[in-house]
Amino acid sequence: MMELICPAGTPAALKSAIDAGADAIYCGFADETNARNFPGLNFSRDEMRKSIALAHGRGARVLVAINTFPRASAVDIWHRAVDDAVSAGADALILADIGLMDYTARRHPNQRLHVSVQAAAANPDAIAFYAENFGARRVVLPRVLSVPEIAEITRESACETEVFVFGGLCVMAEGRCSLSSYATGKSPNMQGVCSPPSHVTYEQTADGTKSSLGGFTINRFAMSEPAGYPTLCKGRFSTAQGAGYIFEDPVSLDATTLLRGLRDAGVTALKIEGRQRGRAYVESVVRHFRHALAALESGSEADIASLKPFTEGQASTLGAYRKNWR
Amino acid sequence: MQLSLGPVLYNWAPERWRDFYFRIADEAPVDVVSVGEIVCSKRSPFFADHIPAVVERLQSAGKEVLLGSLILVSLRRERRQTEELASAEGALVEVNDLTCLRTLAGRAHAIGPFVNIYNEASAAFHDAHGARRICLPPELPLASIAAIAKAVPDVVTEVFAFGRVPLAISARCYHARLHKLAKDNCRFVCEKDPDGLLLNTLEQQDFLTVNGVQTLSHSCANLLGEAGLLRESNVRSLRLSPQDCDMVEIARIFRDVLDGREDFDGGNRRLAAAYPGVPFSNGFLWAEPGHLYRQARSGDAQGSAA
Repeated sequence: MMELICPAGTPAALKSAIDAGADAIYCGFADETNARNFPGLNFSRDEMRKSIALAHGRGARVLVAINTFPRASAVDIWHRAVDDAVSAGADALILADIGLMDYTARRHPNQRLHVSVQAAAANPDAIAFYAENFGARRVVLPRVLSVPEIAEITRESACETEVFVFGGLCVMAEGRCSLSSYATGKSPNMQGVCSPPSHVTYEQTADGTKSSLGGFTINRFAMSEPAGYPTLCKGRFSTAQGAGYIFEDPVSLDATTLLRGLRDAGVTALKIEGRQRGRAYVESVVRHFRHALAALESGSEADIASLKPFTEGQASTLGAYRKNWR
Repeated sequence: MQLSLGPVLYNWAPERWRDFYFRIADEAPVDVVSVGEIVCSKRSPFFADHIPAVVERLQSAGKEVLLGSLILVSLRRERRQTEELASAEGALVEVNDLTCLRTLAGRAHAIGPFVNIYNEASAAFHDAHGARRICLPPELPLASIAAIAKAVPDVVTEVFAFGRVPLAISARCYHARLHKLAKDNCRFVCEKDPDGLLLNTLEQQDFLTVNGVQTLSHSCANLLGEAGLLRESNVRSLRLSPQDCDMVEIARIFRDVLDGREDFDGGNRRLAAAYPGVPFSNGFLWAEPGHLYRQARSGDAQGSAA
């Protein structure tokens, strides 16, 4: 059966994910070494040790994400994160930076290494590069691939594959986007944040609400419309060819209906996005996919409760998995 | 300090593309020229026929030619195209995605600005695996650039010094989406925008530029004022990215300021005249929002050595 990999931003969320049936939990340290570096989120060294012990006691694994790109002259901070995660008993490290993979492979040759989605390894040749150079065992695939493309990758790769099935959706190739830092100076690759709340403003106008990021208007909402969060690539903009959601509508990924296809494509693990989300989200979404996977296994019809309340803009998409825009 | 010309990122008419490089070969004071379609594999066939003549003309003029690889490689056809490129002889491949590195394995090559090199350790890895030139990601601040350049003294470290800044790449084509076309049947509508399609906010602030599957800044990177600082930081090459303007004049301006024939203020005025109506930016270099432009202090352009 495909593994279910669940997010945890706090030790409490980690416990909820285990209770709800997660096979593995991914989480990070409370600093710039992980790509969800939000205030009040993530694990201290002590919390990480205790959480890994707790998970192991319950038969679950913990994957530690150290998936930003180390800052020049400060690479030590990332090396310490790797060393501490290894000594805390992490089952795998999720890495994006080549220098950091090189360090980990040399210093901790027995440590299982996963290639982060932030490394954007989108084809068998790129994946083989990571496997051959650093012994990477699994790759988290970028959200730019269709199901047949994923099947082709699993056929050709010795590496296991992990794919996102639910949650926030990068529109651009992950790890290769500087839109956020262009507007705010803060980026996923460097600071582990995208469209950070510190740079967001909401302004009431005569017609409704205007949301901005770093001084750029990202969206305007009528009085009757709920004002969504101004993630840069999901804003409404204007061009000579027309205005609207130029890059992507504000939707979340929900691949529940594609589980069979992903299994047949040879995918090893399914990943749920949302380390920044609360326990209720983690619990409901994990439980939902646990049920869906059990139904897939037994060949019965899944009783799929709607995940709508947990999707962005209360709408979902199959993303690149079904490229209706191709 | 070398000057290098990056690949044309926009969908120019093939003859215009060829003639652009012929003129660069004959007139532009650049040392290195990177050629090839790196944004969209669908566009490649239009330029393929002209590449040998362009490479020959540039090399005859004494320019070092780099062959740029695709930024995002996911289709089988794109993998094949990338592998063929990586096996090419007679010019260094400029790697824009790690897909190439497996084929290149240990052979000399260049690394383009689309490969994530944020620190000394990553640069050292590429150095050890055959990288002779590295153009760093435009997002990097000066402190990081200096630390990396110092760590790999045998590699020619380059920074993105002029042109709209590439910010993102996607599997999805926004030109096609805007024209309500599927990507496979896009009719190459991006050719209507040889300098990219302006994207405004709903409040009509100029913001970004759409170029098919690529998104760039609206503002134009301009590090002319920091050329001296970069030289003192062991940066050995400045990249000029082609826009729909007189790139020979752009190269001359950078050369004149670098060589002390023109002061920074005069050079900047000439740049603004050569590429009018587009604001400058250098915020990334100062670890600020990338769209900002901080005026150089006197001396920054030519450095203490000049």
